[in-house]
Parts: sequence; structure tokens; C-alpha cells
Amino acid sequence: MRYAVPLIVFAILSVVLVVGIGKDPTRIPSPLLDQPVPQFSLRTLAQPEREVTDQDLRGEPALLNVWGSWCVNCSREHDFLTQVAQQMPVYGLNWNDEPDAARRWLARLGNPYRFSAHDVDGRVAIDLGVYGAPETFLLDGNGTIVFKHVGELNPDVWSRDFEPRIAQLRQ
Amino acid sequence: MIPELGQIALIIALMLAGLQGILPLIGAHRGDSAMMQVARPAAVAQFGFVAVAFGILTTAFVTNDFTLEYVATNSNTALPVMFRVAAVWGAHEGSMLLWILILSIWTVAVAVGSKSLPEHVAARVIGVLGLLSVGTLAFTLFTSNPFLRLDLAPIDGRDLNPLLQDPALVIHPPMLYVGYVGLSVAFAFAIAAMLSGELDRQWARWTRPWTTAAWLFLTLGIALGSWWAYYELGWGGWWFWDPVENASFMPWLAATALFHSLAVTETRGLFKSWTLLLAIMAFSLSLLGTFLVRSGVLVSVHAFASDPTRGYFILGFLFVVITSALALYAWRAPSLDTQAGFEPTARETFLLLNNVLLVVAATLILIGTLYPLIIEHLGLGKVSVGPDVFELVFIIPMLPLTFLIGLGMHSSWRTGNLAAVWRRYRWIALGSVALAVVTPWVLYGKLMLMTVVGITAGIWVILASLVEPARAVFGKTRITRAQIGMHLAHLGVGLFTVGATVVSSFGLEADRAVRNGESLAISGYEFTFDGLSDGVGPNYTARRGAFTVTRDGREVAQLRPEKRSYTTQVSEMTEAGIHATLARDLFVAMGDDLGDGAWSVRVQYKPMIRLIWLGALIMAFGGLVAMTDARYRVAKRKAVATPVTAEA
Repeated sequence: MRYAVPLIVFAILSVVLVVGIGKDPTRIPSPLLDQPVPQFSLRTLAQPEREVTDQDLRGEPALLNVWGSWCVNCSREHDFLTQVAQQMPVYGLNWNDEPDAARRWLARLGNPYRFSAHDVDGRVAIDLGVYGAPETFLLDGNGTIVFKHVGELNPDVWSRDFEPRIAQLRQ
Repeated sequence: MIPELGQIALIIALMLAGLQGILPLIGAHRGDSAMMQVARPAAVAQFGFVAVAFGILTTAFVTNDFTLEYVATNSNTALPVMFRVAAVWGAHEGSMLLWILILSIWTVAVAVGSKSLPEHVAARVIGVLGLLSVGTLAFTLFTSNPFLRLDLAPIDGRDLNPLLQDPALVIHPPMLYVGYVGLSVAFAFAIAAMLSGELDRQWARWTRPWTTAAWLFLTLGIALGSWWAYYELGWGGWWFWDPVENASFMPWLAATALFHSLAVTETRGLFKSWTLLLAIMAFSLSLLGTFLVRSGVLVSVHAFASDPTRGYFILGFLFVVITSALALYAWRAPSLDTQAGFEPTARETFLLLNNVLLVVAATLILIGTLYPLIIEHLGLGKVSVGPDVFELVFIIPMLPLTFLIGLGMHSSWRTGNLAAVWRRYRWIALGSVALAVVTPWVLYGKLMLMTVVGITAGIWVILASLVEPARAVFGKTRITRAQIGMHLAHLGVGLFTVGATVVSSFGLEADRAVRNGESLAISGYEFTFDGLSDGVGPNYTARRGAFTVTRDGREVAQLRPEKRSYTTQVSEMTEAGIHATLARDLFVAMGDDLGDGAWSVRVQYKPMIRLIWLGALIMAFGGLVAMTDARYRVAKRKAVATPVTAEA
């Protein structure tokens, strides 16, 4: 019997892991779902003298994408995000970044954002419950958070999680 | 066209691995010699095709073939050729291919070096290695293919992560992988023993040098990584307990336990089931290290979310390998164990303690590494386990172990002679305590309890490892290579312990803003900032600081730390300026430009830090000496004349 102990321990460990992984951690319901975007007032990257607020995200369904030039997965999703930007407004929240590095990054990879608000002290990211970049929030026309995706945005995630919700919003 | 050939070569290698994994195992089970004889040629052919694929990927890097997505993401035309080659294993897909290449090299080494093994043992060992190749080749082909083409090839690539553009990092990953994968040989021997139901002292004698070989590469790989982190990351630390480091350290601990346990199995025919379990553990931990941690699947939920197939494949593979090994163990190990007595102070006891303490350390580190990941996966939030916790759970089992080394290595088998050992070595023990009190007092003018304990342990092991070799030098006793190797390795442990204790107790650092001509002093050394110059590298520009270090008005060193800006990846790297002697390192790293000609600078004084890596080198060298012991070679030569029968 004692020879089976390692097997049993490993089996228990595996069950715990499988149960954990079965729950896709990127789909943790955010407490902010169905809540309005927290109030903010920030300067944009492109025009540091221009001030934008949460009000500027309203009007039609839009995406709010949290990014940083240091973030590897942000550059991975960038091409796809650029395609998406042709269908609907995409706003950026530049988080935890040097403005110069961020501007260089946009100049190099292209800029899909209507504007990128520069989150100087990371306050807005905290209010939004961001725990890593990239994160993408789907907002309805009133600036209410409809859905949140953690991690890289790609065609699979897009057609699974975003497209049905956007279709609903546009009805 | 050529990259497609690489992919075809991998597909053929997969089929050959299938042959190598299935036929010899069936043959060994049925006693069918023809099927067993497939093992060696299949292994050699598999290696050939893997090598072709690897060569093609390397060529693609050297010739900047950016039509391959993997090359485009990880290389650049401005990247020096040496780093283009290293970029092959700079990210996940290529690391997998390197892993597979190394596995096939080990397999060929076993195929060639196993001429003295009975046919069914060799067939089973090579067969098990073949099954492992099947898993990793399938993983690479189906989820991590490095030969994928881009529809639109970019004009230039995105460049290799600048952190990895360093000579030490060119050899660190291959070294580490040779160690990781080498443990598969011990694992295959364990599985073969359980399949055949034969596990005798001869088996331990076959397995031991392979384990030592893998362990010595692992030791070198870890030491290189630590040295690199020290001078490249710019913080001056030498171990950070991050998941990637722990991933390499856990199999090291298990492998260390394994070859100590193998010593008991070889000499006394004991600890058999324990040895088998350690062989399974060591390899499982190295799989965990390479696949789960290095692939980023568990570290970053983002990587997992972006490509779930990869994650599930890895977990499935790990699950199949570990579960089948442990199930086989539960089934067969009971019949293999032998019971025999030994006295409580015999060498067997010390080796048992060694095993228990090493496994406890590995387990605690495993828990500390996985705990935050599991908590996160269960959606319970983020926690992190800090270095202090790891240090504590490491020191608690390891410090007693270090004291035990000195006694254990001089104790005799079967019957204890602790009283005699103590009579002989008490002066050395007392001398170590005295030295540990006096040395820091004189050199650094400070004393702390843990420092004295740590240094005592280190000096005790150093002196205790020198006694027997010294007696042999004066012709008072004879000593085998295996014993020399053991004493050397333990000497390395002692040096490491002293170095780690001294540097953590008496290391000093200062962060300060300096302007041209200003200086700052630390531990009697005065660092004067002589200004900046600009430099240009192949794919970066650099700002180079000049520092003159003086002590009591005399110049000690000129240091040239750099701050590099890599053009393509838009990132900054710190190259520290270091002046090293055995007694201390002087370390300067440039921080940020504070404007107005002022720079923030980190200056460090690191006493005896070189002993850490020197100790590791000596440990590895000890392993090399031990594995070339006459008995492993004689066994081979004898075997050519008369085939070895099962019992030794």
C-alpha cells in the first residue's frame, strides 16, 4: 500500500489542477460588469494638452484596451486590434508606461486607438480592476462595461465572446 | 522549400521514435531478439532526422529567413551571428526542438555506451526514451511548430529579447537542457527495471554514471544562470527564487538525492524502491520545469489563454508520463525491495538523512512555487511567496545536511563508527567553529549567530573533505577516483556555503545620484564617476560610464558599466561594471539619467561571492571525476569479453 502513496498524492494534485484549469481564469466575472466605467480625467498620449474623461467613451459600443509598450502580448494582439478598429471605436488606456516609449511603440506598430489616455499613476487601472495587460473591455453606448477579456485578443476570443455581445448591443 | 524539409524531417523522426518506443519494448517482453534489435538503429536514425531539422532551423536564423514566423519574431538582421544561433532556442518553439535534439543525443549515447548491457535492458531503456521522444515530437509538431510560414514576410525581424543577448545565455539553456533531459536516462533505467522486475546492484552501477553526468550539466547550467543574473540583471543578486530558477533547482535537489541513494543501492543493495521513486521524481520535476514553467503556461495565464491546446497537450503529456511511472511503481516496487539491517550510525543512515532532507527541501520549494499558481487558477486571487520564505524553507533542511556531510562521508557502511569518526575529526570541528568566529570578526568586524553557524558549516565541510585526499597524497591511504570525486564535490558544497553566508551577511550596497567628478564610498572603497561616453554596438547604442575605484588613495580598478538601448526592441539593458577577486567583487550599475548630468548609480561590495560559482564548478568537476571511476570502465571492458549475467 505504501508504494501507492506517491500515485495517490499525484492523483489528488492532478485533480486540483484540472479543476482549477477547467475554470478559465480569463473569464472571472469582474465586479465591474454592468457598471459604468469609473470616472477619470486623463491626458492623451498624442496631445498631452488634451484632457479626456470617461464621458468621451460614450456614444456607440466601443472597446477600451489596456496596454503598455513593455507588454509582449500587447504587440501580439496589435494587428488584430487594428482590424477591429475598422469596425468599431477602440480607445486605449496606456498603463504603467513611459509616454515616450509608448509613442515610439505606436509609431512603430501603428495606432488603432481613437485616443490613448495615459494613466499616469495607475489609478484608473486600479479602479478598473486591471491585473495585467492586455485587457479589453467592451462598453455599450452609455459607457457601461458589458464584458471584460483578460489576455491577448485574437480571432477565436473575438468570435466567441465579443461578436455575439456586440450584435446584441447593436440591435 | 527548405524549411518544409525540416518539418518533414521532424515527421519522419516522430515515426522512427514510434518504432523505437514500441518494438523494443514488445520484443523485451516477449524475448524476441529481432524486435529488440530495432532499438539502436531506430535511435540513431531518429537522431539523424532531428539533427537535420535543427540544422535547418539554425540555417534559417543565420540566413535571416523571415518568412518563418519563429525567425521573424526572434531575430533581426543586425543581430550578431552568435546570437542568431542562440536565438534558435530564444523562445518556446525552438527550445522544444533543442529539448528533442538533446533527448536524441542522450539516447544515442545510451545506445552506443550500453554495449555491455544485457539486450533486454538496453532495449527497454532505449524504448522508454523513444516513447518520451514520441510525446515531445508530437507536441512540437502539433502545437509548437517552429517551421510555420508567414503569409507576408517582414523586411526585418523583431529581434531577440536583449536580455538573452549575452554569451553566458548562449550556453546556459543548452547546458541546463542537457541536465534536465539527461535525467530521462535514469528515469528510463528505473522504468526498465520495473518492467523486467530485475533490480540488482549491477543495475545501480549502470545507472549511476548517467545520473552523475546529467547532474553535473544541471549544476553547471544553474551556476551559469545564476552568474548571468548577477551581472546582467543589474541588481547584483545571485539567486532570486523565481519560478524559472526553482524549476531548475528542484530537479537538481532530486538528482542529488538520487545519486546518493544509488550509492546505497550499488554498495549495499538497499533503498531500491526509494531509488526508483527518486529517479521518477527527478525526471518528473525536470519535465515540470521545462514544460510548465519555461513554456509560460502556468506562470502567465495570458499565455495559457492565448493557446489552450498547447497547455492541455503539455498537461496531458505530463500526466501520462508521471501517472504511468507511478502506477508501475505502485505495482512493481513492492517485489523489488530488499530488507537488510544497518546500525543507526552507519553510512546508510547518513545517506538516508541526506535523501530525506534534500527531498524535503525540493518539496517545500515545489509547494512555494506552485502554490501561487494554484491559488490563481482556482480564482482565489493573487498571492506571492517571497524570497525570505524560500530562504527559510531552504536553510532549515540544508544547514543540518551540511553539518552531516562531514560525518557521513567518513562513516563506514553497515556498522557505525561514529565515535571513531568523532575522535578523529573533533579537532577539525572545533577548528571550524574557531575559524568561523575569528574570520568574520577580523575581516569584517562584525559577528552574527547565523553567520557563524553558516561559516562553521562551510569550513567544517571544506576541512573534512580535504583530510582523506591529503592522507592519500602523503601515501598513508589509497583512494579511488569515485572517492576523490565525492570529496571534491563536498569541497564545492563547503566553498559555496561559505560564499553564500559571507556575501549575504557582509555584502553592502548603496544607491546614490552622482555627477561628473563626484564619488561615493562603500566599505573603504571610493568610487569616482569620471563621466560618460557614447558607444555603438551592432544592434544597440550605449552610454558608458567610467568609474575609478580607489582604496586608501591607491587605484584598485577602472569600471565601465553600460546602459544599452536596443533599437528594434526599444528596451534598455544594464551592463554592470565588475571587478572581481576571490575575496570580493566591486560592482557598479548605472541606473537612470536624472538630468543635469546626474546619474543614479548602484554600487555594491560583494565579499567572497565568487566562492558561490567556484563551489558549483568544483561540485560539477567532482561529479566528472567520480563518473570516470575505474569500476564503471572495467565493468565495460570485462563485459566485452564475457557478456554480463544478471547478477553482479
